[in-house]
Amino acid sequence: MKRILKNRLFWPVLALVALIVINTIARPSFISITVQGGQLYGPLIDILRNSAPLMLVALGMTIVIATRGIDLSVGAVMAVSGAVALTIIEGSSDPNGLGTVLVAIVVGVLVALVLGVWNGFLVAVVGIQPIIATLVLMLAGRGIALLITGGFITTINSEPYKFMAQGYVLGLPFALYVSMAAVVVVALLERRTALGVLTEAVGINPEASRLAGVRSRGIIWGAYAASGLLAGLAGILYSSNIMAADANAAGLYIELDAILAVVLGGTSLMGGKFSLAGTVVGVFTIQTLKSTITFLGVPPAVSPLFLAIVVVIVVLVQSPRLRSVLARASQALRPRNSSPQGGSEVAS
Amino acid sequence: MTAAPAQPAIVEMRGITIQFPGVKALDGVDFVLRSGEVHTLMGENGAGKSTLIKALTGVYPIDGGTITVAGEQRVFRGTADAQAAGISTVYQEVNLCTNLSVGENVMLGHEVRRAGLIDWKATHREAARHLTNLGLDIDTRSALSTHSIAIQQLVAISRAMVGEARVLVLDEPTSSLDRSEVEQLFAVMRDVRDRGVAILFVTHFLDQVYEISDRLTVLRNGMLVGEYPAAELPRGELISLMIGRELDELDALSRSAAREIDRDAAPVLEASDLGRKGVLEPADVSVYDGEVVGFAGLLGSGRTELARLLYGADRADSGSTQVRGTPARITTPRHAIDQRIAFSSEDRRAEGIIGDLSVAENIVLGIQAKRGWLRKVGRAEQAALVDEYIAALGVRPADPNRLIKNLSGGNQQKVLLARWLATAPQLIILDEPTRGIDVGAKADIQRKVAELAAQGMSVVFISSELEEVLRLAHRVVVMRDRRKIGELTSHDIEVGDLVDFIADGALESPENVA
Amino acid sequence: MTGIPVTVERASASGALRRFFSRRASWIPVLAALAILIVMFIGAQAYFGNFLTPRVISSLLLDNAYLLILAVGMTFVILTGGIDLSVGAVMAFTGMLGASLLRDGLPVGVVVPVMLLIGAAMGLAVGIMVQYFDVQPFIASLAAMFAARGLAFMVSLSSIRVEDPAILWLQSTRIQAAPGSWFITPTGILAILVVIVGALLLAYTRFGRTIYAIGGNEQSARLMGLPVVRTKLLAYVVSGVCAGLAGVVFTAYTGASYPLNGIGTELDTIAAVVIGGTLLTGGSGYVLGSMIGVLVYGSIKTVISFLGAEQSWTRITIGALLLLFVVVQRIIVARSSRR
Repeated sequence: MKRILKNRLFWPVLALVALIVINTIARPSFISITVQGGQLYGPLIDILRNSAPLMLVALGMTIVIATRGIDLSVGAVMAVSGAVALTIIEGSSDPNGLGTVLVAIVVGVLVALVLGVWNGFLVAVVGIQPIIATLVLMLAGRGIALLITGGFITTINSEPYKFMAQGYVLGLPFALYVSMAAVVVVALLERRTALGVLTEAVGINPEASRLAGVRSRGIIWGAYAASGLLAGLAGILYSSNIMAADANAAGLYIELDAILAVVLGGTSLMGGKFSLAGTVVGVFTIQTLKSTITFLGVPPAVSPLFLAIVVVIVVLVQSPRLRSVLARASQALRPRNSSPQGGSEVAS
Repeated sequence: MTAAPAQPAIVEMRGITIQFPGVKALDGVDFVLRSGEVHTLMGENGAGKSTLIKALTGVYPIDGGTITVAGEQRVFRGTADAQAAGISTVYQEVNLCTNLSVGENVMLGHEVRRAGLIDWKATHREAARHLTNLGLDIDTRSALSTHSIAIQQLVAISRAMVGEARVLVLDEPTSSLDRSEVEQLFAVMRDVRDRGVAILFVTHFLDQVYEISDRLTVLRNGMLVGEYPAAELPRGELISLMIGRELDELDALSRSAAREIDRDAAPVLEASDLGRKGVLEPADVSVYDGEVVGFAGLLGSGRTELARLLYGADRADSGSTQVRGTPARITTPRHAIDQRIAFSSEDRRAEGIIGDLSVAENIVLGIQAKRGWLRKVGRAEQAALVDEYIAALGVRPADPNRLIKNLSGGNQQKVLLARWLATAPQLIILDEPTRGIDVGAKADIQRKVAELAAQGMSVVFISSELEEVLRLAHRVVVMRDRRKIGELTSHDIEVGDLVDFIADGALESPENVA
Repeated sequence: MTGIPVTVERASASGALRRFFSRRASWIPVLAALAILIVMFIGAQAYFGNFLTPRVISSLLLDNAYLLILAVGMTFVILTGGIDLSVGAVMAFTGMLGASLLRDGLPVGVVVPVMLLIGAAMGLAVGIMVQYFDVQPFIASLAAMFAARGLAFMVSLSSIRVEDPAILWLQSTRIQAAPGSWFITPTGILAILVVIVGALLLAYTRFGRTIYAIGGNEQSARLMGLPVVRTKLLAYVVSGVCAGLAGVVFTAYTGASYPLNGIGTELDTIAAVVIGGTLLTGGSGYVLGSMIGVLVYGSIKTVISFLGAEQSWTRITIGALLLLFVVVQRIIVARSSRR
């Protein structure tokens, strides 16, 4: 029991399960899955499908946060990649051609990769604080997207492109395959190689890592590049879902949702140890919460309030201060420690 | 130098006990501080000096015992309470705000106000008055960051005097000062003492203890050993009181320097004119197979700087390096590692350990970084490696999955040594590997260094403790004022000679190899 | 020497200069921002010919009064080393709440204090999370941002017109010597007052100096016996009150409240503060600098509307300028630490 309680995934999973249970009690149809024409439908399937863009962004964010960084630009990068892809398709003579769509997707994602590399350059080489370095692109990115679309919301008709977010393969949404593939690739890359532990080392102690011979510059740079690439892919999914490139609305606030998902999953914003499984759980939790809010008849616009409540609960539960207060209440150990710094270490 | 005996006790701490999870940091310690005395707190690392100071300054709450200040029993809930009782503290890492002006740092919280707003002119005048009282003539409007640590230290003392301090606590203020700066500090301390302030002083330097102290209190393992007038306690006795056991263990390490080193072959590493502007004047260094080269000098003498340039931790702007006779460009740690050179920094916490990773991950990190991220050290290989080094170096507790931040300093150092030994270096540079660790671990590490050298590895060994350097090194590079002033072959050198060399920059009959 | 690049080598001037740099190094980024502002003014005047007119410059203050107020509050928080992402949403929420209370017939003398109090309460909540529960300012204020945005929509999903004469008076009154000459509105006066009070608080009170001390080294400030907890909480409260006041001013400016008001404003505010020379690491910066930052921001907007170009260029330009300033700051910090 104690080991389960201590597991980092305990609280995130508990939150997700609680949400699902509450939903099921409120409307038993929540967990029902129907088959229509060989395709699965139901609220749970919707959650899996709709969570795909957030999943991609949150994966990248996890890696960036592990290096002690943060990437605020993901929403803007999504807007750019969507704008690039749709502008290419719109301008082509054959919007329904598979080749056209592939080129559009590849170019859109590559542009996003370039933006990620730019962020990484500012952070890893120039040495600018991550919040500010990525704030630059967060501010400028949507402007760039607007310039690409000429200030309009580009809409297209292209069946292959539509398939990205709305198609089905073997009964399941294609978007789900994309996000799961991303999870698997990132997990393999981080945990089957030494990339994960080296990333954690850099996040925990950059200078010690450098002196130990870790190529921290490359690792940090790579993290931002990966985040850009994944955000680009998310932008493709997003624009494919609405079949439009909306530079203002695409990926709005997704950086915040992604950061939330990462934190919910038990990865500290201070960098270091990270949990991809936690992030996956965090993404599903947020998506379920959003669907719950919609189901409750709350206007989607009010949903941030509920997200805020969740954030507050989660960070308070994670807060060492609250935990120590609780621990003290139960054990009546020792009087108040007035120096939060000195905390656990024994000074001589 | 002895204070008048009739001075009343300003602080009386009785039966102070402080419990940390799993450790009793202080156990029923009594401590008495009298007005107008310099009272030095002595003890090895982990003896409880800092904990006692933090109890007195309100940083830690006490679990048992009483604190009486000027006859009145007090309970401190924070540093502000202690300051209100007239106890001011100057910490080792100067706790001022470097972004503010000198005058502000002196007066923060005591600014002169008129009609609710700060009167800056009067505030700076007041600050200047306090600084002048201590013989300091500084532009109070200049930013604190533009002054040396020594000046900042004195500014901190001035600040303490603004609060009408009756007790001044100086926690290792001299650790980063040079000789003349220490003189200046001591002059100020005597002046403050003569005005009736009680000074609690902590230092690691024995010379300073006898130079300034009226009285000594010795702690060991969280317990009081005793209180002594400084004039009546011989140096050797003080050391054995602090250490508690005889120095046999360290002395038993015979001088490894007796072994002959073959200096005919090309040196493992040879640097000529290696330097960096404002950091180190160009210097020549060479290290041969199986040789331990000691870098001796005071803190700030350039010994760490030289080591960092050799390793590429900082970039040199002059000079060249050769590895076994072949020119090698070493401008980043990676270059050094590729040449099988390892470096363990003096700042274990900030530049050594990766706190939130386990002992095993910390050990493997060096070899993993060397291989690159694609070729992960396999589970079985890692387990074998980790077990081997934990056993060989005697890491305690021998639990590879424990987070390294939860180990004692000595064991952290052993893990770092393991990290580098796992990469099979031909040269390892150890900067202060024995600082702040207990005597047992210290002996372990010295023994290991001697053993490695005997097996043919080359070592650069840096330590503030000259005995240690002389015991281990075949050759000593002597540094002073950011420059190399000479080289000694050590088997005919005594500590006293080395001290003289560092102090005067010359030896009676120098055996300069350089 | 501070390591600031002093290239002037004349014997008489160099001593004074050195003294200036040793005392006033933190003003350099502010002066740089001022230089950029002046260059922009001159450049725009040369290009358009009718840029530097009393009307244009006066409306610069009018159009950006709310941003100026937000920037002052943000400066307090950033100086402590924190950040407040909630300001835009809190501005929207207090605006919505105020508008709906006015619609329900409450007198303006009650509504405005309520708006300020709500702002203060939101700020206090952020401060408590940061100070007592060790939540990072970024996350704590993010939660407040979400909460305030949701609450704004809870008040109403659509915009609420404001017809209260007192509120509209704030914006519509133009204190002007002659038609076409300089003018100022009560909102502008309010913003200027906030700047003055902010500057005084920071420079001439123990509260203000403690803010700098915390930003410089929080641990030191604590060990010096300064009231760190109270001061940090107050800094967030100041930012919250400013957001509430900005809610009043913005409502007056648009004559209506809309729950989507102020989306992205927190970023504009942070950008303005940083461009104004405040270091995001805390401990260095001035309210006056933030004011210059806001004016730079406003001028860019004006120039772009003069050009008739896409407003998306505003954000791109601000982003580029932010980058420039951050890189310059980075170089300055790197140089002084190498000393």
